[in-house]
Formats: sequence, structure tokens, C-alpha cells
Amino acid sequence: MGLAERVIKPSIVRGIVLYTALIVIASCALFPILWAVSGSLKDEGEVTTPTLFPAHPLWSNYREVFALMPFWRMFFNSVFYAVCVSAGQVFFCSLAGYAFARLRFRGRDTLFVLYLGTLMVPLTVTVIPQFILMRVAGLTDTPWAMIVPGLFGSAFGTYLMRQFFQTIPAELEEAAILDGCSPWQIYWRILLPHARPAVMVLAVLTWFNVWNDFLWPLLMIHRSSIATLTLGLVRMQGEYVARWPVLMAASMLILLPLILVYAIAQRAFIRGIAVTGLGG
Amino acid sequence: MASVTFEKATRRYPDTTRPAVDHLDLDVGDGEFVVLVGPSGCGKTTSLRMIAGLETVDSGRIRIGTRDVTDDDPKDRDVAMVFQNYALYPHMTVAQNMGFALKIARLTKAEIRERILDAARLLDLEPYLDRKPKDLSGGQRQRVAMGRAIVRRPQVFLMDEPLSNLDAKLRVQTRNQIAGLQRRLGTTTVYVTHDQVEAMTMGDRVAVMRDGVLQQCAPPRELYRSPVNMFVAEFIGSPAMNLFTLPVVDQSVSLGDWPIRLPREITAAAEEIVVGIRPEHFEIGGGGVEMQIDVVEELGADAYLHGRVAESDNTFGQTIVARADGHNPPLRDSRVRLHPQPGHLHFFAADGRRLP
Repeated sequence: MGLAERVIKPSIVRGIVLYTALIVIASCALFPILWAVSGSLKDEGEVTTPTLFPAHPLWSNYREVFALMPFWRMFFNSVFYAVCVSAGQVFFCSLAGYAFARLRFRGRDTLFVLYLGTLMVPLTVTVIPQFILMRVAGLTDTPWAMIVPGLFGSAFGTYLMRQFFQTIPAELEEAAILDGCSPWQIYWRILLPHARPAVMVLAVLTWFNVWNDFLWPLLMIHRSSIATLTLGLVRMQGEYVARWPVLMAASMLILLPLILVYAIAQRAFIRGIAVTGLGG
Repeated sequence: MASVTFEKATRRYPDTTRPAVDHLDLDVGDGEFVVLVGPSGCGKTTSLRMIAGLETVDSGRIRIGTRDVTDDDPKDRDVAMVFQNYALYPHMTVAQNMGFALKIARLTKAEIRERILDAARLLDLEPYLDRKPKDLSGGQRQRVAMGRAIVRRPQVFLMDEPLSNLDAKLRVQTRNQIAGLQRRLGTTTVYVTHDQVEAMTMGDRVAVMRDGVLQQCAPPRELYRSPVNMFVAEFIGSPAMNLFTLPVVDQSVSLGDWPIRLPREITAAAEEIVVGIRPEHFEIGGGGVEMQIDVVEELGADAYLHGRVAESDNTFGQTIVARADGHNPPLRDSRVRLHPQPGHLHFFAADGRRLP
């Protein structure tokens, strides 16, 4: 056996083991989605049979989704809420993260720990007070109800941005100070462009959260002209109980934009996870 | 251009017992190149940052020209700084990095462009203006950091160990470039380094600091020839000066079996005295102190002999280093006699201060 073979062999074995394991795990994760895709192409009789490939793929299920719910309207609503909340989160969390990471003021660390502590409080505890707040403010069943609560940042986002800003060397900021920047200019022109990976992570995660959120829109929104896709999906389920293929087709259509967003932002997203120390 | 003056400037970090910079009095003349040098933690970088306004001054004043800047914001001080890690903005190109301060100062685009090109020409950076810092070599990054300071045409350049991230060869080359550039531009410069060779070769004057206290500020030659205390004597020069603590008997001391008569100006009141001789100030052969050679360090042109002083009772005493001709150095384990060149003996009191 030559030297080269001896060196390569263990890495081939390791590769086979590694990839087999990865394929098994990926299959487990992908199976439900594949099942849903398959279900969305079956007719109502076939949908309960345990076959992965439909005998006669039925694309008309997709057409029916558009007939049964105001899909594009709800799609626009979901995108609109996700964009607004993501932008707000990025802006306010990065500002707060910058302050917590870089500015020196009395009680900074105590305040940060307290703010971080709100992560411990589950949504179910705050959902009723939040509902009352929204009703008092007269925002229920308006688009504002979907945007305002998430707009001004979150403890998680602030934490994420703070962690990132802390990794930026102090000299970069000092160089900017000597170049004549005000704190706002340091944030806006130096630190924020530098923080793009973290910004991407926060934006994508927020987008996912808003897109997938169900409980909050369920509580806030009645009119279907301002409803989100998740809400539309569930309402369809109520009205057409047995139509699983159509429901699955609708689910696929809702999932698609998420996959697209992730595919586009993937590289920056992974880099962001790595640099903010969220991975592992 | 302007002078920089420290007047009893003191910086005390919270929760520390001794000040990082202690009553510093130093005057950097208009257009002068002064190097602050000393071991880690001696307060040299803190002093530099006090000029920049990145450290607060707890007591005393700092002036730039005639203006008291002690309480001014960094941006109002008209100083530019080159950082040890260069602190280039990673998301900007070389040109944007260099022009950033000018953009903040709202200069016209044409003027910014012109100044960037001037500096780029001076620093051989023209081909790299559109590159990002990550696509540059260490030496190029260092030049961009210099360029960023130059385009501002500030009253004072502050440089914090700007060469410490370069390899040895490039460091020597860049050292000369910076010194030449400073002379050409005539901008007052305060330069921090822990490398005494850098300090000696670059500065008009060198300020040696220790534990936050200025020891001596003088032109390199004076620092080398008449250090004010043992610390400066040992810090300046490489290898370091030999220092022998010897008992005074009858207005003279003896190093091994070799007697040294103390100059008349030194009163023999003290029981002990420290005699200093630089390794390069020994002549080999003839009379003098006898040395047992333990190690011969050959550097090509020179060889350094490391060994111990042979005492009269045939034991070996204090360590000693001497320079020998690199062509034909003495052998290890042999003994040689070293004779100090006249006029190159230094005397210090036991507390370290120089005796006249």
C-alpha cells in the first residue's frame, strides 16, 4: 500500500460514515415536507394511503388554493408585516446593542441583564396584558397590531447585536472618533456596515418569526383583508375540514417564500451565526 | 504645525494603586520627532492617548501649540493617530479609508480626491486605492494607516507601535520610510515603541519611561553616552550595558582582579557603587578584567561573548558580556582579558542615579 493510499483511506472511511449519518438526519428532517408535497398532489381518496408518489399528480389543488382564499392579499400582508418588523428590529436592536456594548453609562450592565431577563418570560404570560394594551390603544384588528409590538426591538435581537459589537476592536471606534465622528456617525457609518452579518441573522430570524407567527395574528386580526397567510391557512381548515390535499398545497405555497429568503440570505446568515458566536 | 506640551499630566486608572502616567513634564518642539519608549506598562501608550484625548487627564495640563486641549474632544485637537493594528475600516476601500475624515469634515469631493492622490503617490499606494484592507499585505495596510493620517494634514501625528505587526526586514525598511516622511512633511510627531533600536534610529529625541515616570528625554546619542540612571543605561543599547555592583575600598573598586580607580568627583561616602560598561566598549587582550567565556554568539560582523568575571581566587563572579570582532572571535571555555576603552565607564549610586 502506497503512502498516499494510507493517508487517504481513513479520510474516505470517515467521509462515508459522516455523510451516511448526515443523509439519515437530513431525510428525517425532510420527510414531513416531502410527505406534504406528495399529499398536495394527491386526490382526496389517495391522500390517506401511505405512498410517497401520487398515482396521478393533481396540480389543480394549487389552483384551488387561490380560489378558496385571498392568497395574494394575505401574501402581501405577511410580507409587509415581516418587512416592517424586521426593519424595526434591525434598527432598534442594533442601536440598543451599540449602546450596551460601547457607550459607558451608569447602570448599563444591570439594565442589560434585566432586559435580557425578559427572555425568560414566556409569551403566554404576556399575551393577555399585551392584548389589553392593544385594545386600549385601539389597535386591534388594524395592521398596526401586527407591526407595533415587534417594531421596537427585542431582548434577543439586542443581545445578538451587542455580542457582535463587542467583538469589534476598540481601535476602530477610536479611529473614527479621531476622524471626527459623533457617536451617531460611529454607529451609522462604521459599526453598522461592519455588522452586516449580524444584521442579516437578525433580519432573517425576525422575518421567519413574523411569517410563522400564528397566535398573535389570531388574537389581533379578524378582517381577512389584513390577515396573514398563517391565519388564512387555519381559517381554510375550519371551512373545508376534509380537504387535506388543498391544505397541503396552501402550506407549500406559504413555505416557499421562507425557503427563498433563506436561500438568498444563506451565506451571510451562516457567516453571521459564526461571528456572533450563536453556533455550536 | 505645533508643539506638544505635557505639564505635570497624570492619568490614574480606577482601582489601581499607582498612576499609569505620573506628573509627566515633556515638551515636544514644533516639527520634532519624539519617541516614547519603555517596557510594557510604562505609560508610553497612555501618554500618547492623552494627547489624542482618548484618555482623560486626571491632573495637569496638555497643550498643543499655545492651546490648552486638556478638556477638548479628540476631534477638536487636530491630531491624527496611527494605531498598532492600523484600525482600517474593513468595509471601505483604501481611498475611502483615507478620505473618511475629510468627508466627515465636509471638504469638497475634488479636494478630498486631490489629497488622497497626493498621499497615495507619497506612499506608493496608487495601484491599491480601490482595494479593501483585507486584500492588502501587512506593509500596505501600514502605509494606508499612514496615508489616513497624512491626508488630514494635522498639527500632530501620533503613532502607537505602528511597526510591531511587520516582519523584521519590512520593519527596518518602513522605519526609514516613516522617519524620512516625517522630516519631509515636518509634522510634529510623537511615536511610541517598546523597541529601543526603533527609538534610537528614528527619534530626534527619545523619552524613556518607566512605571509612568519619565526617566530621561534626550537625543539618542546623549541617551547612549550619558544615561541619567541605571534603568536608562540598561534599557538603551543592545546587548544591555554590563552593570557590576562593587564595594568601594579606598576610592577604588576592583572588578575581578582588575582595580578601577574612581574619578575624584565621586565621593567615596557610599560603601557600594555600580560600574557600567557597554559590551562594545571593551578591547580584547592586554590588561584588564579577566573573563571566562561560556557562550559565543556569532552574528557575522560581530561576536558577543557571554561569560563570567574571573575573581582573583580563581572562582567566577558576576556575568559579563563583551563584543568581539566577528572574523576571529575567542573560543568558548577560554579566558580573555577585557580592557574598557577610556572614557566609557559609567558610575551609578546604589539607588540607580548616575554619579558625575
